[in-house]
Amino acid sequence: MNKKSQTSRRPARSSSRTVNSLPGPDDITRTVLPDGIAVLVRSNFASPSVVISGYINAGSIFETDKKLGLADFTATALMRGTRRRSFQKIYDAIESVGANLGFNSGTHTTSFNGRSLAEDLPLLLDLLADSLRHPVFPEEQIEKLRAQLLTSLAVRAQDTSDMASMAFDKIVFAGHPYSRPDDGYPETIRAITLDDMINFHQKYYGPRDMAISIVGAIEPRSAVDQVAGVLGSWKNPSQPEQPPLPALNPLSETTRRHVPIPGKMQTDIYLGTAGPLRKAPEYMAASLGNSVLGQFGMMGRIGDVVREQSGLAYYAYSSLSAGIGPGSWEVSAGVNSANVDKAIDLIREEIQRFVAEGVSAEELADSQANFTGRLPLSLESNMGVANALINIERYDLGLDYYRRYADLVRSVTPEQVAEAARKYLNPDRLAIATAGS
Amino acid sequence: MPSLTRVTLDNGLKVLLKEIHTAPLISSWVWYRIGSKDEPTGKTGISHWCEHMQFKGTPQFPSSLLDKAISREGGVWNAFTFLDWTTYFETMPVDKIDLALRLEADRMVHCIYDPKELESERMVVISEREGDENEPLFQLGEAVQAAAFRVHPYHHEVIGDKSDLQTMTRDDLYEHYRTYYIPNNAVMAVAGDFKVKSMLARIRELFDGTPDGPTPPRLVRPEPPSPGEVRVTVEGPGETTYLQAAYRAPAASDPDFFAMSVLDSLLAGPANLNMFGGGISNKTSRLYRALVEKELAVSIHGGSAATIDPFLDSVTLTIHPQRKAEEALAALDDEIKRVQDKPVSAKEVARAIKQARAIFAYGSENITNQAFWLGYAEMFATYDWFLTYLDKLSAVSPQDVQRVAQKYLLTQNRVVGTYIPSGAEGDDE
Repeated sequence: MNKKSQTSRRPARSSSRTVNSLPGPDDITRTVLPDGIAVLVRSNFASPSVVISGYINAGSIFETDKKLGLADFTATALMRGTRRRSFQKIYDAIESVGANLGFNSGTHTTSFNGRSLAEDLPLLLDLLADSLRHPVFPEEQIEKLRAQLLTSLAVRAQDTSDMASMAFDKIVFAGHPYSRPDDGYPETIRAITLDDMINFHQKYYGPRDMAISIVGAIEPRSAVDQVAGVLGSWKNPSQPEQPPLPALNPLSETTRRHVPIPGKMQTDIYLGTAGPLRKAPEYMAASLGNSVLGQFGMMGRIGDVVREQSGLAYYAYSSLSAGIGPGSWEVSAGVNSANVDKAIDLIREEIQRFVAEGVSAEELADSQANFTGRLPLSLESNMGVANALINIERYDLGLDYYRRYADLVRSVTPEQVAEAARKYLNPDRLAIATAGS
Repeated sequence: MPSLTRVTLDNGLKVLLKEIHTAPLISSWVWYRIGSKDEPTGKTGISHWCEHMQFKGTPQFPSSLLDKAISREGGVWNAFTFLDWTTYFETMPVDKIDLALRLEADRMVHCIYDPKELESERMVVISEREGDENEPLFQLGEAVQAAAFRVHPYHHEVIGDKSDLQTMTRDDLYEHYRTYYIPNNAVMAVAGDFKVKSMLARIRELFDGTPDGPTPPRLVRPEPPSPGEVRVTVEGPGETTYLQAAYRAPAASDPDFFAMSVLDSLLAGPANLNMFGGGISNKTSRLYRALVEKELAVSIHGGSAATIDPFLDSVTLTIHPQRKAEEALAALDDEIKRVQDKPVSAKEVARAIKQARAIFAYGSENITNQAFWLGYAEMFATYDWFLTYLDKLSAVSPQDVQRVAQKYLLTQNRVVGTYIPSGAEGDDE
């Protein structure tokens, strides 16, 4: 394990990029295979490597409360053995060529990511297809995996940030599927049987609404043919659509909850509310507002007050996560257990001010410049572009999205930001979750 | 092949420039040869705290403007402090890099270290340490490192000890800054979409006027030979047991480093020295097979760091909930004995080299990581170390791997640390 270096702020965002212009309709190849799989490809011959990214339409939304974690357990088990390959054979093939492939499940979808040297893309895609289509869930491997998952949950129970975040979701999304942790609980992981996994795979895995992006040293035609070759004949006629999400009940008052974890120096705080859908018209305004509130420069206004002026925390920032359903708009901070109330008061004051006053034209212009200026950097690596292509597909953004992006960002006005802030952040109806001693 | 330029200015500042025209970006790094290795007792953590203060502004670039200026231009910047070095980087759109160059020239000399800012940052750094202390693996790693180095200043963590963080003064920090932040103790590395001639001219313009300083003092306290195996235990909350076995390892400049890298790859999985760029899994490594597949541990990782002085090659195990740390250690020892007794196959060595080649390719996807390597390699060797890395790995033979296993992975050469959880408590529902 490499020795960890200390850094002055949280680790830099993963960096990235590509050939002089932003991806657009003239250099993204998008093809939909007959079975419904959308394939998006962009070539980049600057480095001899290639990445794949994508998702299938199966997630924890299809689980019952008693079997929470089933989608995630199933996804993690895909590479534990297939009809053609044992666990050792799968990883021997992939690690021998320095490639990587992994699956994980979220609420709506199960995602995959992989990378290899360009010469090994056929192998990578063959392993992807084999794992998705023909997993056999060998019992011995599943029991090993179960012990590993249970240990992860024991580690999670000691992680102040994880536990505060889970408690936050329970308050904000009470009665909604988003209140449930995708990795489940120890008792639900113990309750999952082999048959549960086999059935989950049979019922929910299939090509319907699947997407895959491929970026790197490969010609688009060849990439599409390779995907068609391994996934083109995949069928699951009974694969269901995503179930509709229930309505979310807004909080009627500020609700606070503490998760005691004895013996910890630091307490983690999550404070906020439900946020917009990714497709909501005010998403960009909310996102720019969030930048002013708790991102821009050294973590925006929140960082300025909690870290720079008060010295209370090494990290204090806000984040907006938006997806298919309502996202969350939350402030997080890690502080000494003696300073929790002080930090919460400071954060609440900032949220109050943000909602009451909105943002100045200058602050907005700063964040707009940041959003447009950092785009080339976020699209520097193959993985950055692959994720961008997947965003385009998942949220119907259009192949020209990253070419239109600067205009979209610049068209937002301070009034729109204020409106988004008022719509989502009610200072009297906040969720506050803490975990620590 | 991108061209590489190496120049040393009259004031001693070493400059490395590499043109890469794949994206409209430039990444600029300034490296100082100062890290926790030169911190005496009472001043542990001073290098890292200074790194924080370097973001607090100069008369020309007040702190309130700095972050905004970089962010407004769509840049990313950050800094890292390690055992041997401290580094600062900015990656910016091509036409905005001048801001970063001017900033770095300015803060090599003119940082304010305002006493009020310093007090506020004292609390921030203590908070950073407290966040680390929440993690069992930090607690264990700190104890193992301290036990492995009784004399050498690799003894303490980069973040420093709380008592020192509470007592160091503004004068201590400012003196540290002025002593080590001089051009003849620094390396500047820039990679990206520029022309060397104009970039070098601009760097000369900005840095030529910075006077050199007296050669900075070094804390030279070599670690005496190991007294034998040392065992430490750390107790803390949770229900998960961790074990770390840390062996004294060769320095990065030692020819043995490369054979050790191959050995690490076989035992614990491919090393990834990139700061930006993905790694690969280790499920076919010998230790994974012997420990995780045999259900003695639920995860294993290991490897070493490239350092100036000999540091540690370590293996960290998360013990299986139904097993004892001692059982896992015995299995680890069996695997080490196996690699000492019998040469590994040429195929295994070839595989490790292919893995390293792939990881290098991933790292070359982004300009920030390429600029990182220009300076990083200079901190413990020279950039040639990086350029010839794959060749040196390719030259490693199965006999070399066996020889370094016999030389370094000795029981009497190690510290074994165990994190013992205080209790099994209930579920987290």
